Amino acid sequence: MSAALDADALLEQLATGLGQWLAACRRPDPVMVGIHTGGAWIAERLHPRLGFREPLGRLDINFYRDDFTRIGLHPQVRPTRLPFEIDGRHIVLVDDILHTGRTVRAALNELFDYGRPASVALAVLIDRGGRELPIAAAVAGTTLALPPEHHVKLTGPEPLALAYVERGGGREGERP
Amino acid sequence: MSAALQVDAAGRLRHFLDVEGLKRQQLVEIMDTAESFAGVADRSVKKVPLLRGMTVVNLFFEPSTRTRTTFELAAKRLSADVLNLNVSTSATTKGESLLDTLRNLEAMHADMFVVRHAASGAAHFVARHAAPHVGVINAGDGCHAHPTQAMLDMFTIRRVKGEFTPLTVAIVGDILHSRVARSQIHALNTLGVRSVRVIAPKTLLPPRVEQLGVEVHHDIAAGVRDADVIITLRLQRERMDGRLLPSKHEYFQRYGLTEAALASARADAIVMHPGPINRGVELDSGTADGPRSVILQQVTHGIAIRMAVISMVMASHTGAAAS
Repeated sequence: MSAALDADALLEQLATGLGQWLAACRRPDPVMVGIHTGGAWIAERLHPRLGFREPLGRLDINFYRDDFTRIGLHPQVRPTRLPFEIDGRHIVLVDDILHTGRTVRAALNELFDYGRPASVALAVLIDRGGRELPIAAAVAGTTLALPPEHHVKLTGPEPLALAYVERGGGREGERP
Repeated sequence: MSAALQVDAAGRLRHFLDVEGLKRQQLVEIMDTAESFAGVADRSVKKVPLLRGMTVVNLFFEPSTRTRTTFELAAKRLSADVLNLNVSTSATTKGESLLDTLRNLEAMHADMFVVRHAASGAAHFVARHAAPHVGVINAGDGCHAHPTQAMLDMFTIRRVKGEFTPLTVAIVGDILHSRVARSQIHALNTLGVRSVRVIAPKTLLPPRVEQLGVEVHHDIAAGVRDADVIITLRLQRERMDGRLLPSKHEYFQRYGLTEAALASARADAIVMHPGPINRGVELDSGTADGPRSVILQQVTHGIAIRMAVISMVMASHTGAAAS
């Protein structure tokens, strides 16, 4: 088993990396959107540090999941709140763990139902490999190569903590 | 009988037939889910892909405009396909022909029936006889129940007032024939309001109405005193024929909601009506269009509540249980 993961240290790396990425790509007036729940926790910490002009957006992708017919409705769907116009904006989408890419696929579909962004870039705390879709993060706090049956779980919001869990057949999108 | 039929072993809604028998937490879950759907109407694309490829059949044996169109809009905003069937029928339930209708629609791979019928218990009957993969929602059965109307009213009250426990709610009008009132009384008591009052002439109250957990008034000014919420009910035209009421003018004189009658209610009281309103019968135009009226908000909230109930029932019929 891999060494313990320090959520705060990874958050520092992600904040630094994202700051450099934003400076280098020169996209004007970007906005930040966190994916419920873990991604929103990460975004809440990144947002005040990186000089975004608009308030933080929050996206709940449960109405866009591809597994409704298999596992049904999440019991606690939270409202999506995007307190700005999407059209023509540069969006930084934030999630906690990037695995199959299905959550990000759902988030992109939902974003595009609000309007037509100029661009969307992905920032994640951990890229743990195992992609099933052509999706990649622009910035990651760290990159791991975990076997399929191994998972990383973020708990929070206060304090943020990361733990390894092992479960058979679990996939991103089937959030417990 | 509803509880066993509409809730599965895991506590999920298999059908939505009646508010009676549901627990407070289940009513709160319906409202919380509706809250997350409420924002969909404000977006440039007013729909989510949740129920793509599923078919909802609106099976209306009784005429309706508002309820049917909001159910249709709710299903469409969930990306389901919608079939509207307005089936004319005699007043009595023809069990055989109804079953034949069901079997035919099931053969067309319907996933859900939204049923309105003039006979009490019709939606329960459909739920008992529908195929296992089909969910049933009661859109009003006779004088029995209209649970989605009650839930959109609860959702409206929650959005305006916040908490239920400190509230005094007065329901004015034809309690005897009102499936809306019956479902509202169950919902309000389950959600723990301080008190529910009914205000009506004796001829429009069911016998032993107090057993539903309500305070009975025959005078509107006394009935709305210090009320936080006043719900007026539609007076069906066939009730105005003189058998139960002398005339609609006299009804308005004694039970119509006016600004004068509202004077004894709380200053921040809200006025509700399930629609369609008879101006000058249940309430006057000044009140219906006034600042306390939330009647049009009720219509808007009806879409979010129906999206919530449709998706929750549909979810309980999907393959495996939620992990």
